Order: sequence, then C-alpha cells, then structure tokens
Amino acid sequence: MKLILIGFLSGIISGMGIGGGTVLIPSLVFFSELSQIEAQGINLIVFIPISIVAIITHLKQGNLERKYIKPMVLGGIISALIGSFLAIKINEDRLRTYFGIFLLAIGIYEFFKKEKE
Amino acid sequence: MNNNKFKLMAIGAAAGLLNGLFGSGGGTIVVPALVFIMKLKDYKAHATAIPIILPLSIISVIIYLLNNKVPIKIALMVMVGGLMGSYIGAKFLNKIPVKYLRKIFGSVIIYTALRMILR
Repeated sequence: MKLILIGFLSGIISGMGIGGGTVLIPSLVFFSELSQIEAQGINLIVFIPISIVAIITHLKQGNLERKYIKPMVLGGIISALIGSFLAIKINEDRLRTYFGIFLLAIGIYEFFKKEKE
Repeated sequence: MNNNKFKLMAIGAAAGLLNGLFGSGGGTIVVPALVFIMKLKDYKAHATAIPIILPLSIISVIIYLLNNKVPIKIALMVMVGGLMGSYIGAKFLNKIPVKYLRKIFGSVIIYTALRMILR
C-alpha cells in the first residue's frame, strides 16, 4: 500500500512538469528497503507506460515537435548504455551521493526558476 | 540546420548518460535545451522531451534488468499508483498555481538532496 501511495504522489508531481523521478527515487530509498540502484530501475520501468500514455495525448493535441526527436535519440543511445553500466558498477553509497548532488542542482534550479505569467 | 543537428545530438548524449546513470533526469537536460537553444515554447518542450527520453529509458532499463536491478513485483505496485497519479495530475494541473508549488517542491527537493548526500 505504501508503495502504491509513493507511486501515486510521484505520478501527480510528474504531471506538473517536474520530473517524477526526483520524488519517486528518494521516497523509495527512504521509505522502503530498496537500494539506490533498485529505486532507479523502478523509476525507469514505471516511466515507460506512463510516458506512452502521455505521448498519445500530446500527439492528439499536436504538441510534439517531431524534427527534434530523432537526432536527440540517436545522440543518446550510446551514452544511455554507458550511463547504465556506470550505475551498475559504481559503489552503492557513492551512487546515492552523486544522485544527491544531481538532485540538489535540480532543487536549486526549480526554486529560482522564473515562472512566465 | 547541420550545426543545430550536432547540438541536438550532443544534448541527447548528455541526457542519455544522466538518465542511465541516475535512472531519471534526462528531461532536466532536454527540456531547458529545447526551450533555450531551440526556442520552443515551454509546453511543447515538455511534450517533445517524452518521446526522446522513452527510447533512452528503454535501453537503460534493459541493462538494469539484465543485471537484476529491477524488483519487478515492487515495480508493478508503484506503476499502478503512478498511472493513477499521473492521470489525476494531468487532469487538475491547470487548476493549481504552479508558481508557488515550484517553491515548495524546490525546497523539499533541496532538503531531500542534502539528506541523501549527508546520510
């Protein structure tokens, strides 16, 4: 039940355009027995069905700028493999600390970001 | 356009690396890049980022799965909650003043990050 609730809350937040992973991963690490890498794996797999639903919605509303998609995906394939292998090889405590630093940067960016009226 | 194409590929490379390393966060690179470099409107950048991150996430999750780093049962429970939450979030998004929520979430995220670093 706790796990469903954590998923529910991060789902709401991801709908606000703030990455759901920034909420889901720390929540799983703090409130369950999962390790950092397992929490990351869960975030990745949970994102798949949610994003498919979102893509269909955005396609209908014409919000997708298609010409940007292909070059970015092509650029990211190799590095996605490298990043994943690194995550698996890095020591657990270190991975959590690096994630924390990354999260700190996101938090500061969100806090000071100017909202367009 | 060739110059732009190179920029897009470089941004994609950075997004893929982060997304694989941290299991999240590809969007935090792609969305600002689309807004500031390609001059897309905010909502279009958010939307366009999703089909960019999806294939990169699939690649990463395959590597995680092959190394037994995804507890499937737990993932399914989180997924059920996540699908309900994102449906509700998308429905009521426009009725909430996001400006203040950003400050609150920014603070919560900063606090959480410090706890993760200092633990």
